[in-house]
Amino acid sequence: MKKVKVATVWLDGCSGCHMSLLDMDAAIISLARKIDLVYGPLVDAQEFPEHVDVTLVEGAVSSQEDLSKIQKIRQRTDILISMGDCAVTGNVPGMRNSIPVQKLLHSVYVDGADEKKAVPSEYVPALLKHARPLREFVKVDFCLPGCPPPSKAIVGVINDLLDGKKPNGNLKVKFG
Amino acid sequence: MPQKKISIRIDGELISALEGQTILQAAKASGKYIPTLCDLDGLTSVGACRICLVEVSGSERLFPACTTPIQEGMSVTTNSPKLTRYRRISLELLLIERNHVCAVCVSNGHCELQSMATSLGITTVGLAYNFPKLSIDMSHPRFVLDHNRCILCTRCVRVCAELEGAHVWELTSRGIHARIVSEMNESWGHASTCTSCGKCVHACPTGALAEKGWGVEEMVKRTDAVTSLVHRRGAQV
Repeated sequence: MKKVKVATVWLDGCSGCHMSLLDMDAAIISLARKIDLVYGPLVDAQEFPEHVDVTLVEGAVSSQEDLSKIQKIRQRTDILISMGDCAVTGNVPGMRNSIPVQKLLHSVYVDGADEKKAVPSEYVPALLKHARPLREFVKVDFCLPGCPPPSKAIVGVINDLLDGKKPNGNLKVKFG
Repeated sequence: MPQKKISIRIDGELISALEGQTILQAAKASGKYIPTLCDLDGLTSVGACRICLVEVSGSERLFPACTTPIQEGMSVTTNSPKLTRYRRISLELLLIERNHVCAVCVSNGHCELQSMATSLGITTVGLAYNFPKLSIDMSHPRFVLDHNRCILCTRCVRVCAELEGAHVWELTSRGIHARIVSEMNESWGHASTCTSCGKCVHACPTGALAEKGWGVEEMVKRTDAVTSLVHRRGAQV
């Protein structure tokens, strides 16, 4: 049987959703027989592959880099899943949204720094005005809220997709 | 004089109810469930949240069950795809209007807004988030008011006026600018009419009003205590 190509992506989030994904214990053995993890923080690949069946995205879209990444990923992915509250609602990264970007950077890199007080001008991606959920930038096929979503819910969604089923609303997940 | 009994149908079932009851009261009395959010047993109903919308035969428009009085021969539908759609829209509008960040909220796991979203099967919203800049009033020695988490249900306004009799809370402004204010827009800590009884905190369905000193997920509200207090005092709503 041809293995399903799965990617995971880490945008503006804390990696807690990836931790929850890894928290699936023994389920990882049966899942590993059915999927190829082709890209993400858990594997070595540097470039997002040309074609991926399912991509799970953690984190809000917060910087120019996040935005260009997610647009590319959308083009190369059949089923895109917002994994966790940051990707679904903006969540904690979105709490900066009422602060103007320049003021925010100044407060972190100048007021909050002990030495080398300066807002970085290179090597870090420019922030967007707001950190916003994926859905506001690209089409999202399924949303899985939670901070993080329970491991069972993440595995459940992957298994539903592997079985050719639509992940459904019977899933009792909650925000937060 | 005993109240007159009238007959209505709820989801096809004939039930007997008392004249003057609302659709919600009649439904509850006969064991029927209608989802509610702004309503709190013991306080007057205002129809602020639109979660309890029901269909009434013969009318195209939807009616809030908590404020619509029953009439003889009325036939009510409490559940339909149309109602689910409107209830979801109402709740999604509440979610996008302010900053409901469950992950950092004292009421996470004990929040009526959050649990209503789950029970309505909401996993995302259809509109863009508003991300407004809102204040937090920490001036009261024991309590805190976080406008980010307020859904303007006005339970605090009602419980303070009707049960405590202090009338500290009021609504100001209109539409998206509407806010809960204490006294004449005084900070809560300087509101001399506040008795610090905490009824507003425990009536509040979200983390908007909370006791100080609790961390994420730690604030458990006692809305049942508000209700039982009303009934013990024999108050008529």
